[in-house]
Amino acid sequence: MNTPPTPLFGATPLRTLVQGITGGEGSYWTEQMLAYGTDVVAGCTPGKGGQEVHGVPVHSAVAEAVEAHDVDLSVIFVPARFAKGAALEAIEAGVPNVIVLAEFVPVHDTMEILAAARAAGTRIIGPNCPGVVFPGRDFAGIMPGWSERLFRPGRIGVVSRSGSLGALVNLNLVGAGFGQSAFLGLGGDPIVGTTFVDALELFDDDPNTDAVVLLGEVGGPMEEEAADRMAGLSKPVVAFIAGKNAPEGKKMGHAGALVSGGRGTAASKMRALTAAGASVAETPTEIVELLRESSSGR
Amino acid sequence: MFIEEADAKALIASGGVPTPQGSVATTPAEASAAAAACGGPVMVKAQVPAGKRGKGGGIVAAGTPDEAAAAAHRILGMQLGEHTVDRVLVEGRADIAAELYVSFMVDPSTAGPLLILSAQGGMDIEEVAAADPTAVHRASIDIIHGLGAADALDAARRISDSEAVQAELAGVLITLYGLFRQLDAQLIEINPLVVTTNAQVLALDCKLVVDDNALHRQVDLPEQRPNGTELELRAAEQDFLFVELDGDVGVLANGAGLTMSTMDAVTALGGRPANFLEVGGMAYKRATPALELVLSNPNVKSLLVNLCGAYARTDVIAEGLIEGWKTLQPELPVSFCIHGTGEERAQQLVLDELGLECHDLMDDAIREAIANAAGADR
Repeated sequence: MNTPPTPLFGATPLRTLVQGITGGEGSYWTEQMLAYGTDVVAGCTPGKGGQEVHGVPVHSAVAEAVEAHDVDLSVIFVPARFAKGAALEAIEAGVPNVIVLAEFVPVHDTMEILAAARAAGTRIIGPNCPGVVFPGRDFAGIMPGWSERLFRPGRIGVVSRSGSLGALVNLNLVGAGFGQSAFLGLGGDPIVGTTFVDALELFDDDPNTDAVVLLGEVGGPMEEEAADRMAGLSKPVVAFIAGKNAPEGKKMGHAGALVSGGRGTAASKMRALTAAGASVAETPTEIVELLRESSSGR
Repeated sequence: MFIEEADAKALIASGGVPTPQGSVATTPAEASAAAAACGGPVMVKAQVPAGKRGKGGGIVAAGTPDEAAAAAHRILGMQLGEHTVDRVLVEGRADIAAELYVSFMVDPSTAGPLLILSAQGGMDIEEVAAADPTAVHRASIDIIHGLGAADALDAARRISDSEAVQAELAGVLITLYGLFRQLDAQLIEINPLVVTTNAQVLALDCKLVVDDNALHRQVDLPEQRPNGTELELRAAEQDFLFVELDGDVGVLANGAGLTMSTMDAVTALGGRPANFLEVGGMAYKRATPALELVLSNPNVKSLLVNLCGAYARTDVIAEGLIEGWKTLQPELPVSFCIHGTGEERAQQLVLDELGLECHDLMDDAIREAIANAAGADR
């Protein structure tokens, strides 16, 4: 890299690399990202160096891509069994932010990716995530950032484990006149690189965010950990937890959405968030009302 | 995937962790022969893919081969949770000096492996920790460096004063951690790991859960009985994420988060969901078989379709549903709410092909679906 990395939150679009750009999904979403304004500077697919996809130059290795271009973010479109190799390649090449979209990445691979990322100071978002949207600036991943029904520039930070629930809540927010400073899709796996705690800290530091909408679900300790972290933070949080009726021991679509041994229940998460001062909605529809109350109270 | 005890023990034994002598029996006669081969008192243990077998009467001590046959006769065919017992493990009993606890698991808080060790084995580790937190030793492991000999010995010293036991235990820890990694385990738990009266370390039980996402590379695992209801198993064969519930409103939604929230909203508005079925992700192009699955449940009295497309194109899902609806011709009311990617075309398709207006608000569609189900009951 010749110039310093662009901050994740800010006015400047991120210089983006697409790993797996020559595949069907990679190519389709690259076209959508370019149309919206994402600064896709390069793509990468082993053995396909020298080609172009939608005018974007393709390299055979991430190291070659970062030699030729400054890269702030890599978004990885490869299937689950190649995700570890692709992510480690991006980490080793010094890419500061890496989004792993693939579902079904083995959890031991994710542990290795995250350990390497910690050692290198890389931010990982995902796996099994829909990516990020900065309305009016750019998006990376598989959320329809261009949809005016779902996204418009504004001052609410939205963070969700799930893409589909994120879509519904974003639709409600925009319908009610709100807009988003950013949407962060964290992913539905038992362990993910960027957690609710990380997201709350990012939004708390962001001068363009007034309040945070946190969309959690059953399974794992991530929502309880976010509740613990809230004491040191200043912005109002409206939360919703999916899976109140999830039966014990059944995976609810996401590998991480599992109530086991009485742990990871929606009730426990809602209690923790309420005690930490968040407004906790009973239904997705209620989020907008709670957001109005919490912002008028400021 | 939950690996039954007998298979899990065979795996750890082949990796070098000592386990009691024993074998699997599917009839009382086999159990008697297995006990005779052990040459002493045995335990007869139900093999099902679930924990807490002892409380259900699935684990019985037997002094002689005849007693082992009688125990097997009682246990075989027994219902434990949602499983019928079709085999037992017959194992020699050990002379126990101490019962320890050891497990390796994926720790979501550190995103790395976690070792849990205690000198108070044989009990639920949560209860041990609740009664005395200092009785449970936890150590996070750096996955890049693995579990070193010094770390393993340090952990072993915390739960035994005997140098001989410490050395054996440290070896078992290193072997188990290697198996945890090799087997793509989410959990490998030995409770109890006993120290025998002649200072041998022996795994009396083993709970092993292998990551479903890694089964493609765990090709040597013994085949396991699938877990779930008949309909859930049929769904799993078609790669659908389906959970059967006891209500009467069939639910079709896209994405795990939205589908869970839809179920919750059905309950909050006074209805009862019949299932969880996700048609998002790569499943969005397969709405026709998804519909067929939901409708195969005879308890379903009304159908709710709630879509909010991001990655999944709602018009593609709608096409699949309409195709399925026309083929199956179910005599069932259906309520739609469709938003997100492809919504204009999807809503138009539902109107043109099924003559139905989509609800603009999810809650309105849910209320209608609940009312329809209630009406069908009268």
